[in-house]
Amino acid sequence: MDVAKIGVRLAAGVGVAWGAATLTFLAVQITPGDPAYAIVGGPEANPSPEVIAQVRAEYGFDQPLLVQYVRYLGRLAVGDLGTSYRLQSPVTQVLGEQIGGTVQLAGVAALLAAVLAVVVAVFTARRGPVVRGGATSIELFLASSPSFWLGILLLSVFSYALHWLPSVGNADGRALVLPALTLALPIAAVLSQVLRSSLEEVLEQPFITTARARGLSDAAVRVRHGLRHSLIPLATMTGFVVGGLLGGTVIVESLFTRQGLGRTLLAAVNAKDMPVVLGVVLLSAVVYVVVNLVVDLLYPVLDPRLKTVTATEARETVTANEGTETTETEEVSA
Amino acid sequence: MSLRAPGDRLAASTDTPADRGLVAFTSAAPTRAAGWLGRIPLVAAALFLAALAVAAAWPSLLAPFDPYAVDTTNALAAPGGAHPLGTDENGRDILSRLIYGARASLLLGFGAIAIAVVGGVVFGLAAGLGNRFLDGLIMRTMDVGLAFPELLLALVVISIVGGGTTNALLAIGLASIPSYARLVRAQTFAIRQAPYIEAARALGVRESHVVWRHVLPNAVKPVVILATIGIGTATVAGSALSFLGLGTAPPEPEWGSMLSSARNFLDLAWWYGAFPGLAITGLVISTTLIGRYLQQRSEGRGA
Repeated sequence: MDVAKIGVRLAAGVGVAWGAATLTFLAVQITPGDPAYAIVGGPEANPSPEVIAQVRAEYGFDQPLLVQYVRYLGRLAVGDLGTSYRLQSPVTQVLGEQIGGTVQLAGVAALLAAVLAVVVAVFTARRGPVVRGGATSIELFLASSPSFWLGILLLSVFSYALHWLPSVGNADGRALVLPALTLALPIAAVLSQVLRSSLEEVLEQPFITTARARGLSDAAVRVRHGLRHSLIPLATMTGFVVGGLLGGTVIVESLFTRQGLGRTLLAAVNAKDMPVVLGVVLLSAVVYVVVNLVVDLLYPVLDPRLKTVTATEARETVTANEGTETTETEEVSA
Repeated sequence: MSLRAPGDRLAASTDTPADRGLVAFTSAAPTRAAGWLGRIPLVAAALFLAALAVAAAWPSLLAPFDPYAVDTTNALAAPGGAHPLGTDENGRDILSRLIYGARASLLLGFGAIAIAVVGGVVFGLAAGLGNRFLDGLIMRTMDVGLAFPELLLALVVISIVGGGTTNALLAIGLASIPSYARLVRAQTFAIRQAPYIEAARALGVRESHVVWRHVLPNAVKPVVILATIGIGTATVAGSALSFLGLGTAPPEPEWGSMLSSARNFLDLAWWYGAFPGLAITGLVISTTLIGRYLQQRSEGRGA
């Protein structure tokens, strides 16, 4: 992939980020109620008109919309997400305090999901009907279960019945086990479904027959050739995984009473604290865009055959082969 | 004039780029049906959906108890006897609350999908048939929408319009529009170049007739199939909002909000937390199986 193509991808990413910022600006504009009142203390406070006028001038609410929009973008560009109505502190500071728990949870869950999916897929692809049927049934069940229910089941069994693991908090590694599992299991189930169907095609290829003819054992074929070919389908699912993690943390943090962005977001939604709501959501969108961009740029590294074609074409080829239909962005042929 | 297009089936079967969440379920290896034995899950799924439909329409027909009837002497009674699925903290019958809850839960799922499909078809068709500028404008906007995880987008909508069943439904519906719009647009593009459209034009069929009678029905078909699967996913999203306290509010029975109350009694009553979730999961599995079946049929893979 040459520099021009990378540039096009970057520009598209920046475009989406700008669009996301515009969307959040519009969201504030159509939210009923005067933000000036929210800033001076919500519905209970009874500020004088002078105070309101002062706040409006201070925050620039008296300016024309276009001016407010440009100022908003300018502030975002330097990383200023505004001030929380509820906490009266900068949104970036609020997010900074909470982000650690969420990154830890999402990171562990992502790793867990990928490892589980690869292991299950590699060892159940092209097996007898019992193994395959069992695996697909469990996957269908896990992929269909709402995460808040899976979490409740795990809590019922491992916290309340067996007393093995704590049910709340972010105290230590043990407290992370159940939340991470809750977040990871549905994602792992979907990933291993996709992985297995693409692996089954790989295992029918002539080079697998060659490898077996060279005397490689079945396990060795699966690990040496299967693993390598898992990377591309896994990469095409990145968008799904990141989306699942970002949405899932809201539910999992709330269920397990963990500190983090998800629970902060929920509290902000309940308090109509728009700067915090939009700060978290905007941050997720940027993470989503950046991760997808990085994966796009990594395709040729993962699969050297793709060096000569664009990532998008590559993805289409890959998805056409699997029949999984996962093209993320149709685009821009440079 | 009836112009039966020979390419209809073909066009509907083209590989369409689809949304992250939806496609995940459909992309699994096709269940290779082995005679009537292979159909058992499918029949079970259809029966389960039929039972849910009856529960949503006439809950009093199925429910053994009044879902609001409080009986404090019987609080958190274990399953068995008069209460096959046990009772909750107020002694209300869980089975009856599940049956009455079907209406609110399904309303969330169906309503949200209806909004998503209508919005998706309108924007997708406009982008697919419009000029380059309109196409670019709509699809870049949809790209922005796709950059937000659906649940987060729904939370933004809720923080603007407030919670409750209707708003939750609206929030999930709006948040799901982009993925459907993209599917419809891709489909429209494929159909626009299909030989039968060219043939219709060559025969002098009016442009509006081509759009309504040929493009629209063929573009919508795969959307309907994906929407079947989407009903399950949307119901989960709806109950997730109820679970978070932003959708249907107690005491009205709804599966997600039942799970939310159950959280406080997990150490005392496993059944309270187990069964509402089983109902949701059963719904999702059923819609997934039926959706996959429809998909395989429409792709001519047999089933």
